[in-house]
Amino acid sequence: MLELALKGNKKYYGWITALLVLVGIGFGAYLTQLGFGLGITGMSRDVSWGFYIAQFTFLVGVAAGGVMVVLPYYLHDYKAFAKVTILGEFLAIAAITMCLLFILVDLGQPMRMFNVLLYPTPNSVLFWDMIVLNGYLFLNIVIGWNVLEAERNNVHYPMWLKPLIYISIPWAVGIHTVTAYLYCGLPGRGFWLTAILAPRFLASAFAAGPALLILLCMIIRKVTNFDPGKEQIQSLAKIVAYAICLNVFFFLCEVFVVFYSQIPEHMDHLKYLFFGLQGKSSLVPWMWTSMALMVVGIILLVNPVTRKNENVLVVACLTVFAGTWIDKGLGMISGGFVPSPLHHVTEYAPTVPEIMITLGVYGAGFLVLTILYKMAVGVKEEVRS
Amino acid sequence: MNDKKIFLIKDKKYIIAGLVVFIALFTFPFWYNSGKAAPGPEIKLTEKAKAAKECVMPTAYMRAEHMQLLDIWRHSVVRNSDNTYVNPSGKAFTMSLSNTCLDCHSNKADFCDKCHDYASVRPYCFDCHIDNPKEIK
Amino acid sequence: MESSRRRFLTMTGVAVLGIGAKPVLDVLAAGQAEGAGSVELKKGDGALKAKQWAMVVDTRKINKASDLEPMISACHKIHNVPKMETKNHEIKWIWEEEYHYAFPTEINKFLSEHAEHVPFPVLCNHCENPPCVRACPTKATFKRELDGIVMMDFHRCIGCRFCMAACPYGARSFNFRDPRPFIKETNKEYPTRMKGVVEKCNYCAERIAIGKMPACVEVSNGILTFGDLYDPQSAVRALLKSNFTIRRKQSLGTEPTVYYIV
Repeated sequence: MLELALKGNKKYYGWITALLVLVGIGFGAYLTQLGFGLGITGMSRDVSWGFYIAQFTFLVGVAAGGVMVVLPYYLHDYKAFAKVTILGEFLAIAAITMCLLFILVDLGQPMRMFNVLLYPTPNSVLFWDMIVLNGYLFLNIVIGWNVLEAERNNVHYPMWLKPLIYISIPWAVGIHTVTAYLYCGLPGRGFWLTAILAPRFLASAFAAGPALLILLCMIIRKVTNFDPGKEQIQSLAKIVAYAICLNVFFFLCEVFVVFYSQIPEHMDHLKYLFFGLQGKSSLVPWMWTSMALMVVGIILLVNPVTRKNENVLVVACLTVFAGTWIDKGLGMISGGFVPSPLHHVTEYAPTVPEIMITLGVYGAGFLVLTILYKMAVGVKEEVRS
Repeated sequence: MNDKKIFLIKDKKYIIAGLVVFIALFTFPFWYNSGKAAPGPEIKLTEKAKAAKECVMPTAYMRAEHMQLLDIWRHSVVRNSDNTYVNPSGKAFTMSLSNTCLDCHSNKADFCDKCHDYASVRPYCFDCHIDNPKEIK
Repeated sequence: MESSRRRFLTMTGVAVLGIGAKPVLDVLAAGQAEGAGSVELKKGDGALKAKQWAMVVDTRKINKASDLEPMISACHKIHNVPKMETKNHEIKWIWEEEYHYAFPTEINKFLSEHAEHVPFPVLCNHCENPPCVRACPTKATFKRELDGIVMMDFHRCIGCRFCMAACPYGARSFNFRDPRPFIKETNKEYPTRMKGVVEKCNYCAERIAIGKMPACVEVSNGILTFGDLYDPQSAVRALLKSNFTIRRKQSLGTEPTVYYIV
């Protein structure tokens, strides 16, 4: 099926080239980091995880979001999603690829990466995260590929795939739960030390993932002969609407607990993010923007009139995606490190090389996504004609 | 199925030509260097090492297995907090690359590096463990 | 003898994972050929022993920053701790903090004059229940069963920094770049570190192994006392018995082994 990704028009190859250039720039920056060390990033002794781990966390969510098309189709036999499940699965593959790359570029000694396998340590959540992420990648590759191939050959997908599909549904919940457990089980970090973290992660995932999927469907409709469908997009929009409401609700639960209990170790992180602490407040405008975007998203998505207008829907999806990205990709990780366990306030901002590497990883992910989507759309066009 | 067959017959000569080029390139270093083996390195011992006559294990063993020995040493010291090594002839040594090995073999450039360069290996031991440049001329 | 040979064998078994079976079997075969496999790995004769090492800091004896200075510089000197240019890349094993930062969860509005003004030495607490050990995905940081020291295996650390997120005491530092250019005078008896690994206080495990007290304790003028927490006769226990002590963030259940007399 890969040959389908080789046949494309000028625009397609132009896009691929642009992504390759991005990957190249990122790779060059990574070589600098490999030589110098992680000191070229904005991370510090106090904020020891930064942009990379934040993007990783956000993208695990995008990957888990793919389950929002898999579940209705396979579990509830919601036929309309037959057209888009493959898009959800392939989005998950691309997102997990980026996650693994982000972990890799975050390691101080990447050459020793396989120590995690050589000395398996079940008491470390990172060990389990490695298992669930690779497992989810494997499941989606096997399921996506075989279902697509069956569709191409006009046959039903093999029956042995069925159990894997059912496993992949709770597995998707698992990847983001385990990723939340990386943070919420650490005794000295009040910001993360909350049982609502995993549910909150999942809610934002089920908003960001399908929102991105809607945008991708619209692009596919525009640049190819395959239309993912109006009904499909509307169903996805409803999913985004509920998920973003839940995300904000969970966040408000956290805000209530923190500010009503008034326990300083929990309160200070939110204070830093939304009001600034000890005169340091670089994330404040971002966090309020994120809140505003999510609220706008809710208004546009819950109201049927605005949701059904596809032009408005694009705006709604963009606001939800941007809002959740700031929330998780900027605030969630830095917020946990500021103030430090000793209550020092050290701020963090990514550096230029750090951003270049990040964009390189995104480039690689979108390259994988483009090739996979090109294949999927190729098959869909073939089958239709 | 049919597609694939046609594909094979049509492209047979290209595939074979490609394979030949690949094998030629892949084996290039072997036939390019054949018959021109570089001479083995000459290793110098420090006075201290000469006087000691034997290392913690016999020379032949050390030559072939010192990396495995060091791996066991570091594991033993760091993880099991055992720091003393008693060799088969009953002699005890403190297991320490910095303080035992490199104390005697203080001429890293003439001892360690020569062989490592010849074998084209770059152990990262020396990123942290420092040679004692006491006797370097 | 018997038990240490067994330990040697298990250890080689562990090493098999790392370096492939063949060379290890060669080592064993060679060892055996020398006569009854008589290689022995053991502790040095003078090694200090304890069930759980612990430290008591008598803050009553601290008056000014210069009282802590010798401890910090002794530690950082013998362990080749670099002095980095920027605060972001800072590496420290033992350092001074004001009471508010050392004990951010036990701040009284009105502190004693003394607590308000003297610097408190802080270091790795070598917790009895260390969250960093729980977090490490490679067992590069581990709690020594022998004496409870929370150790770092710099050879194994992959630099994921999960331990830094897990430590509630900010005791860990990361080598954001090659530390060597920033070490003024290298102590050749102790290794430096390479970029990309985490480091922290090791309760001077390398000194305990040869019968010496930790470097900071030795130069502390009686401010620091070091001993076995579970030996009722130890100097540490004597101090704990006769003085009221506090520990950093006791409520987290990490069971720090550094006690402060205030």
